[in-house]
Amino acid sequence: MNGGGNPLLTLAATFGLMSLFAVGGANSAVPEMHRVAVDVHHWLTDKQFADVFAISQLSPGPNVLIVTLIGYAVAGLGGALVATLAMCLPTALLAYGVSRFLGRSSHARWPAIVQAALVPLSIGLMAASGLVLGLASDRTWVAAAVTIGAAVAASLTRLNPLWLLAAGGCLGFIGLIG
Amino acid sequence: MSLAGFGGVLVFARRAIVEQHRWMTAEEFNETFALCHFLPGPNIVNLTMVFGSRFRGLAGGLAAFTGLLGPPTIIMTVLATLYARFGDVDALRRILAGVSCVAVGLLLSVVFRMMMPLFRKRDAVGLVFLLAVFVAIGVARLPLATVLLVAVPISLAVTIVMRRRAT
Repeated sequence: MNGGGNPLLTLAATFGLMSLFAVGGANSAVPEMHRVAVDVHHWLTDKQFADVFAISQLSPGPNVLIVTLIGYAVAGLGGALVATLAMCLPTALLAYGVSRFLGRSSHARWPAIVQAALVPLSIGLMAASGLVLGLASDRTWVAAAVTIGAAVAASLTRLNPLWLLAAGGCLGFIGLIG
Repeated sequence: MSLAGFGGVLVFARRAIVEQHRWMTAEEFNETFALCHFLPGPNIVNLTMVFGSRFRGLAGGLAAFTGLLGPPTIIMTVLATLYARFGDVDALRRILAGVSCVAVGLLLSVVFRMMMPLFRKRDAVGLVFLLAVFVAIGVARLPLATVLLVAVPISLAVTIVMRRRAT
């Protein structure tokens, strides 16, 4: 834990700040979550982080709720609530403020520029997420092959991702993966 | 609605807001989504907030926010409790290992899909930025804030200069 301070405050500060840098959505912030939760604070092990990501993908609701799981691991129920609110509320209020400020008039030009500038960055962040999570969960060749297979299947077909996740769960259950 | 969104709520949100209830036109929805996409934070959460506030101001926004996050947060918390309790059980550990491999694969396929337009446009500058951020965050593991405070201004400046030159 961070110098013995109140874990709830640490959670609130960490995720509140992180949310402001999550350009392109929650998956962009995954490497930062991993860095903070695994490398800096040792809240979770590498393996646990991969598990938590898997659970958040399996569950209904916005993917950002991975922070709920991290918060719970740190400080139980309170941690789960604080982490979720810290990650979601500040930027939601910011969005509210900006949309009020812009009004309903059409303002097509500068959002387009900002978006063009941010899209490559957010794809880079998501690719980094893939790498960080891949290193955490693909400990064997079989596991890596499953990841690649899932990536190919999801890219080439319009199969519901839940089927792929379920298939992965089955492969894991029969003991093929680590 | 929040519970329908396996792997992302956006598709369902659009269907309900635009097609079923006609709360917004398709254009209003796209505009709002574009706004929320370039603001930081979870897009769909921001979208919900803006959407709710169109009806009842801040209170409407907060109501929509709570509606979107409340039920899934409760489910997540239950799952977290279960994981804390049974995470060490061998069968569950194996299943999760399999699921997480696939989850990473799904993430990679999203990355590929998003990269394709950059390749198609031969957007070399964009690809360079993409690679730089990937290396800085994924390989060098630098803090996100540091990387973005450097990368965002540069990328913005380059984009603006390129647009000027193009027109």
